Amino acid sequence: MEIFGIWIAAFLTLCIYSFLYKDNPFYRFAEHLFVGMSVGYGIVLSVHQGFIPFAWEPFWAAVKPFWPGVPREAGWSGLWKLIPIGVGLLFFSGVSPRHTWLIRYPTAILIGFGAGLSIPNVLRANIFEQTRGTVEPFASVHAGTLSGWGIFEAVLMVAGVICTLTYFFFSVEHRGPLKWISKVGIAFLMIGFGSAFGNTVMGRVALLIQRVDFLINDWIGTIF
Amino acid sequence: MLSKLMNLDRRVIFIFVALAVIIPTLLPLNLPINVSEPTQRIYDYIDALPAGSTIMISFDYGPSSLPELNPMAKAVLRHCFDKDVRVIGMTLYAFAPTLADTLITEVAEEADAVNGEDYVFLGFRPGGEQVMLRMGISIGSVFEKDYTNTPLTEISMMKDITNYDQIDLILDLASGSTTDLWITYVNGKYNQQIAAGVTGVIVSNMYPYLQTKQLVGLMPGYLGASEYEKLIGVPEKGTQGINNASPVHVLILGLVIIGNIVFFIQRRREE
Repeated sequence: MEIFGIWIAAFLTLCIYSFLYKDNPFYRFAEHLFVGMSVGYGIVLSVHQGFIPFAWEPFWAAVKPFWPGVPREAGWSGLWKLIPIGVGLLFFSGVSPRHTWLIRYPTAILIGFGAGLSIPNVLRANIFEQTRGTVEPFASVHAGTLSGWGIFEAVLMVAGVICTLTYFFFSVEHRGPLKWISKVGIAFLMIGFGSAFGNTVMGRVALLIQRVDFLINDWIGTIF
Repeated sequence: MLSKLMNLDRRVIFIFVALAVIIPTLLPLNLPINVSEPTQRIYDYIDALPAGSTIMISFDYGPSSLPELNPMAKAVLRHCFDKDVRVIGMTLYAFAPTLADTLITEVAEEADAVNGEDYVFLGFRPGGEQVMLRMGISIGSVFEKDYTNTPLTEISMMKDITNYDQIDLILDLASGSTTDLWITYVNGKYNQQIAAGVTGVIVSNMYPYLQTKQLVGLMPGYLGASEYEKLIGVPEKGTQGINNASPVHVLILGLVIIGNIVFFIQRRREE
């Protein structure tokens, strides 16, 4: 059975790579199969790991005591769980043009909750901490504990931040010194993009290497 | 000659790339691996933990990122079990539970680690940052049972673990934006130490967090995996991967340089 699985995986891998030569029915078959299976798998996962434990089970637990023939032991205490479920269901009001306005309530709760949760934390982690990290080395410069290379790094960091921010400062026309500062900012941005591109290539090559390793060692290994 | 190079069929480049991967796979290279500081920092941190400490590993990746992140996960798990550091596994990514559970079980069997005593895998919970914040109050309120449906109250290693206060390090193995969330919500709010192992695609976004020490350390893609394997002395898929990747990197670098030279020469001629 395992060998059967390896052969299917190898066949589909070759189907996908056949696109590198040109578009063909084998590629389209594998592509459609992949999309269909991913969507199907995603739906099953969402139902089993999201809908059932977090919507259906709390709902059933809440209404079960009121079901005919079920002893009313739990009472009313579980009913509060119907409130978030009901608010969530309002998202579906969009399907009826007459009731579409109801969608504003869950949207407002979601945005309010999200903004309240993220604004202070994001400000702290991405603005304050990063600003501290940029200027903090200068405390070591002042204390005389930073090496020559460390001082160069600290100055370069601040210069990079100022030049890059200047490039995105559109309230004043970029002329004279501002033009040159923003040009240096572009250079810093290009270095950043180059680094990101290089790392992306490394990531994509890793996928190819894994597939080639699978084809040579696992698949061809079952033949010889 | 120049116009031929500029109009080179892309399939010729694909053949070169394929050869650059296939040849090292058949004839393995043994290139030297120098451990970078960010990877060394994770290793040193875990190595300095006393036996009985706990680290939480969040497996936030799916099958498409498995080649880069599985070797990292394996190396770190081996290191933890070797040091008697307890491991809590979990994931915020719906496609990860089977993959992560298989990996932990495989490494645990190798190391004779016992489920429930040396490690536990909690599985998946949807909600991202809400799960993270809630675990700061009580892990048991988010994960009432582990992946095998055993109540957390019946798992011996979870008896003295309530929230992040009893966890010495969180390692996020990520292919998406979850590391940002761990840093923003868990490091920021609970001052929890965070380390990350990420795919090459997102590693550039993580370096600012290293500089500010919001991350203890960082493992970048295959390179990070190979470095960690070197540190624990068990070269495996990460080492093999970076050895196979190096010829492709050289090839791509060469193609970029040639492409630029040809482009500039042609532009000068046109002027």
